[in-house]
Amino acid sequence: MARVVVDVMLKPEILDPQGKAVHGAFGRLGFSRVADVRQGKRFEITLDGEATEEQVAEIRKAADTLLANPVIEDYTLHVESDEQ
Amino acid sequence: MKIGVVTFPGSLDDVDARRAAAVAGAEAVALWHGDADLHGVDAVVLPGGFSYGDYLRAGAISRFAPVMDTIIKKAGGGLPVLGICNGFQVLCESHLLPGALIKNHHRKFICKDQALRIENNRTAWTSDYDANHEITIVLKNQDGSYVADEATLDRLEGEGLVVARYLDENPNGSYRDIAGISNERGNVVGLMPHPEHCVETLTGPSTDGLGFFTSVLKAVVAS
Repeated sequence: MARVVVDVMLKPEILDPQGKAVHGAFGRLGFSRVADVRQGKRFEITLDGEATEEQVAEIRKAADTLLANPVIEDYTLHVESDEQ
Repeated sequence: MKIGVVTFPGSLDDVDARRAAAVAGAEAVALWHGDADLHGVDAVVLPGGFSYGDYLRAGAISRFAPVMDTIIKKAGGGLPVLGICNGFQVLCESHLLPGALIKNHHRKFICKDQALRIENNRTAWTSDYDANHEITIVLKNQDGSYVADEATLDRLEGEGLVVARYLDENPNGSYRDIAGISNERGNVVGLMPHPEHCVETLTGPSTDGLGFFTSVLKAVVAS
């Protein structure tokens, strides 16, 4: 069974309050020299079978309509096979 | 005259919205997210709350509820639709309104009485307000920061589609202090603060919210 991974990030120009909170905690814990933190979402989608072109196209459609909101987010998609 | 109020799993303010519709003189009809039938209502309110726990993004999963398929179709034909708070988020996720709502810039939940200016009183939901009418209603939200790209913001301003703007201090980081917007036709309005909580002096800071519900009664009669 193949796995499709979709990583979603807020667009660079959109403020990320959660990332800012994590960045603040870095400072309080003494992790220095951290310029910025951005928080995203990772979806690991296990397919029922091989990652055919049609299957991946379907997941891309799901990413466009559900997993990411193109108004505020960008995403990347890649396929992972069993060997990895 | 029937105003339908949709209940999603996690809606909180559906009962108050139905009550506000009744106080305004309408018959309030409870609609269910899983039922695509609007049961003959003349207008629809998408209420506040945390539908689907705000999982994924606020409003992102509700947008695909069966009732939304019908609402999106009928909104295109002129059905008046008001999205309040979570309902505003659902309208943006449905692409019935441009832009999106993200977490408050200060990262805290906010609950306060908020002053607003009604800048567009030509929509189906705001005709009972005077031009630039200043009102005070409840604001309570977590993901209330309205964002859109510069071109969209300029278009909203240029076409007079900003329905309400925050007065005094910006409470949540919304671009250009935007509290509510409408579509070009004026039948679909999204608003972050809560007019449905402000229809009786016993329980709200004012009765300033009632105008949204009385406005739509007139809009439906006129159409």
